[in-house]
Order: sequence, then C-alpha cells, then structure tokens
Amino acid sequence: MIEVHELTKRYGRRRRGPSRLAGPAARLAVDRLTFSVRPGRVTGFLGPNGAGKSTTLRLILGLGEPTSGTATVGGRRFRELPRGLRDVGALLDAHDVHGGRTAEAHLAALARTNGIPRRRVGEVLEEVGLAGAAERRIGGYSLGMKQRLGIAAALLGDPPVLLFDEPVNGLDPEGVLWARGLFRRLAAEGRTVFVSSHLMGEMEHTADDLVVIGRGRLIAAESGAAFAARGTRRSVTVRTVDPAASRGLADALEAEGATVRREAGASEAEGATVRAREELLRVTGTDAERVGLLAHRLGVPLAELTARASSLEEAFMELTADSVEYR
Amino acid sequence: MPNARFRDLLAAEWMKLWSLRSTPWAFAVGAVAALGVNLNATLADYRNYPHYSDGIKELFVPIWAMRDAFTLGGAMVFVLATGSIGALMIVGEYGTGQIRTTFAAVPARRSVVAAKTLVLAAVMLVYGVLVAGVSFAATQAVLDGRGVGMAFGDEGVARAVAASALLAPVCALAGFGFGALLRHTATTIVSLTGALLLLPALMDERNRWGATFLHVLPQGAWQRLTQVGVSPVPVDYPWTAGGAWTVYATWTAGAVAVAFAAVHRRDV
Repeated sequence: MIEVHELTKRYGRRRRGPSRLAGPAARLAVDRLTFSVRPGRVTGFLGPNGAGKSTTLRLILGLGEPTSGTATVGGRRFRELPRGLRDVGALLDAHDVHGGRTAEAHLAALARTNGIPRRRVGEVLEEVGLAGAAERRIGGYSLGMKQRLGIAAALLGDPPVLLFDEPVNGLDPEGVLWARGLFRRLAAEGRTVFVSSHLMGEMEHTADDLVVIGRGRLIAAESGAAFAARGTRRSVTVRTVDPAASRGLADALEAEGATVRREAGASEAEGATVRAREELLRVTGTDAERVGLLAHRLGVPLAELTARASSLEEAFMELTADSVEYR
Repeated sequence: MPNARFRDLLAAEWMKLWSLRSTPWAFAVGAVAALGVNLNATLADYRNYPHYSDGIKELFVPIWAMRDAFTLGGAMVFVLATGSIGALMIVGEYGTGQIRTTFAAVPARRSVVAAKTLVLAAVMLVYGVLVAGVSFAATQAVLDGRGVGMAFGDEGVARAVAASALLAPVCALAGFGFGALLRHTATTIVSLTGALLLLPALMDERNRWGATFLHVLPQGAWQRLTQVGVSPVPVDYPWTAGGAWTVYATWTAGAVAVAFAAVHRRDV
C-alpha cells in the first residue's frame, strides 16, 4: 500500500517581492498530490512528459525531500527504513547503474547491502532473461537489457511493493509482453504494483487502476473502466464520397443537436484510377442508427458508418490536453 | 530488523570497490609511479655519491637519505592517486546515477557513507603502509651499497614512514569529501588537484601567509613529518610535528563530516 498525501515538490527558489530581481522562478513539479495505490492490483501512473511522475516516484522512495506533504509505503516514510529492498523494489531509471560492473557483481553487492542471500542474484537474472549476460559489463548492455536488469534489481528482495518508472521503454515487443505478464503476475500474488507511463495504450491491457496527473496535479485516481467512462462520449465516424452531400448531412445532424467535426481526406480506391474526394465526419451526441436514417432520407451515399466506443487513450488525451507542457 | 547489519554494508562496499576493473589498475599505477620516482632519485644519489662534496656527505644521513625514501615528487604522485581513488568511490556513484539505486536499497544514507569511508580508510591504510614501507626499504637498501642507508629504528624514521603511509587515507578521504560535495567527476578531480597539489606549489614558505597556508595542507604536514635532523637552510616559520599530525586529523575529520552532511541532506 502506497499512500501519498498533499505531496508537493517545488524546485528552485520561491519568488519574493519584485519578481524580476528574485532569480529563476520556482517550479512546482508536484502540486498537492493525494492518492493511494492498493495491493493486489496493477496501478498505472499516467501523465504527459514532464507531468511529475518521476519526481513523485523519487519522493515516495525518499530520494528527494518533499517541500510539503507525505508519501508512505506500508504506513512508514521510506527513508525511515534502514534497508529498502525487502519492502519496496524499484526501477526508476535503467541507466542508474555503474557501467563498469558486471550484472552479477552489481546485483551481488546490492543484495549484500540488504542481507539477501547470494542465490537470489542467479534467480532474478534467470527470471528477467539475463542469465546468459550475467558476466558481461553493464556498460555494453542495450537499453532493453538495462531495463531487464533494473527489473531484476527490483525483484531481488521479493518485496510486497514494486515501483516501475517507464519500464517498457527500450524493450522489444516480446519484452513488452513479458513485462506486462510479469506485472500482472506480481499483482496476482497480492503485491502492490505501481507502473508509470506517458502512453495510455501501454496501460490499457495491464492496469486495473489508474492515477493520472498533469503538471504535477492529480487529474484522476480511479479504476480504468471508470476513467474511460469519463472521457469522450461515444462517437460515430461517417465517410462520404460527395462533399456537397456531406455538407448537407452535417447541417442536418447539427440541426438535430449533434456535434460534427469535418475532416477532409482523399484516398485511392483499390484498382481505380480516379481519386475520389472524400469527406470524413466525426459525429458525437447521436448514434449510428440515427445518422444512417438521416443519410437515407437525404439521399447521401455513405462509404463508411462506424460507431466507436471511447478508449482509455481518448479519455487520457482529452483529460490531459490542458496540462501538456512540452509539445 | 535482523537484516540491517552494518557489516553487510561494509562487505557490499568492498565488493563494489573491487568489482571495478579500474580499481586494481589505479592502485598499481599509483604505487609503481610513486616508487619509481623515489627509486630514480635514490639511484641518482647512489651513482653520484662518490663525487659529492664533504659537506653533502656529512648531511646525507639522515637528511638526504630520508628525502630519497620519500621524495616530494613521489608524494605528489601518491596524493593524486589516492585522492582520485577516494573521490571516485563516491563520484562514480553520483556520476552514473548508481547513487539512486544505492539509496533506494539502503535508505539509511549515513550508514552508506559510514561504510564507504571505513572501507576506503582501511584499504588506503594498508596501501599506504605497503607503499611507504617498500619505498623506505628499497631506497635504503640501494643506499646501503654506499654505506649511507638508514634503518627503521633510526631517529625520525618511524614517524616519516607513518606520515607517508597515512598520507594515503588522509588524501583518499579528502577526495571522498570533495566528491560528496561536488558530485561531478571532472569538477571534483580538478578541485582536488588544485587544493592538494597546485595550492602547495604556489605557496612561498618564507612568507608568513604562504607558510601558514602550506602548513594547513596535507602536503605541508607531510613535509614537516618526514623532515629529520636539523635543516641545512634556515626555517623562517618553524612548526611542530604535533601541529602537523593535527592537520592530518583535521582534514580527515573535516572531509568525513562534509561527506555525511552533504549526502544526507541533498536530493539525488
């Protein structure tokens, strides 16, 4: 169980008085975040780049001191623990290793600090698929291999709580599948699994719960299903080949209170030599049946009529649109 | 909590130190270079001894014999090697990001710093004793060929050997303190070299301030402690061996204190 309460981290100096002379502006990396992460589930930690995910994870691990608020793991501040690996396993940044050591030496020293038996080193290397590279120096590892090594280090102490910051970056598709399976298995074993990502699609098949932040503020903390329901309503995609008729259909739909977004496009029909001018309408606030009836009544030929359920991805994009910092 | 044993941290730091290929190389190169400088000076004296004037021959034991065992050049090489190894023990972690992995495994940062300093001090003490002992024995064995070698029991020898041996842990811990404070490899090595090697070279001992400045640096203290007999040239600002030992102790304590404070307090 991870509990974060009113957690705030400010970098730089606070402005005082006339601001022009007061040096660089302070930046709120994390702004009064409150959420909890439950055991037995995979919780996705989402937000655009620069939203404060990594900072939050560092504060949970006591690597940074919060400006205010608290973060606790199992009811205790992490920095109060004498040793950490049996309580929390973490992969923050796969590059946070000394490249001069072999994977085996790195993990052996890490295990020794926490009084973890040496045989665990071989076990976790086997588990992440690095047994064959155990005696190679980490400096020569690919990013994917370093991610696996970081995951191995997190598993070393068999901890009840695991944190992973963007763990699948650099993993090949097979590796991504493996990592997802691992997270699900760790959660099924009753552990607390907190996985960050800036890609919603990443979480869609892995996470039970979501914590979504943007510009350091909490946007949502709920189940994946509840989050998706908050996002875009159901929409209907209509493709026509006649721009004039399409305009008529759009007007009629809007007259009925639906919202229509027009996207002009062109595509080449298979085998055809003529390029058909196409129009794509994205309609919300009505349903496919209603659109079909209306098109029939107006005599508009349709090339496509698709009802789309909103996805987590869309909900994520919509809710974080205002808080994207770097485009 | 039965698993939080301090000796495990010591063992882990020992493993971390020796699992880097650069460590044995740095120790070997430092020792060979320091011994090489001292032996080279000794062999020159051995060859030239028959041509020395009576005045020099009279003072050769203990002044020149001791200076051959521990030349200033050899000491400077030794200071650079041990200081850098000490600095890299902590900067190597900050520079690579390893420090975050370390502190996520051991949130008790002071324990990590304590383990690192103890392992570093112990290894450096052994290293210093070995290099200083071998340097003294080898150079004096060469000088014995001219009948002007000194024995360990001679006056001032034990102190000079001890001071040269302790130069290793003192400078290593100084490097460690610089590293903990500055956290960047290049910045640390440049600052360390500046403070331990460049600064003493710029000081003029005949000037009051210059002498004072030199005396509070490890190199100045080492020069005082390896000095035997009566100086052939007048010393404008004499000071005691006790004062020099205090400088050693202050640098050690100061560096360790800085490391504890800097590492404990700051975000990583």
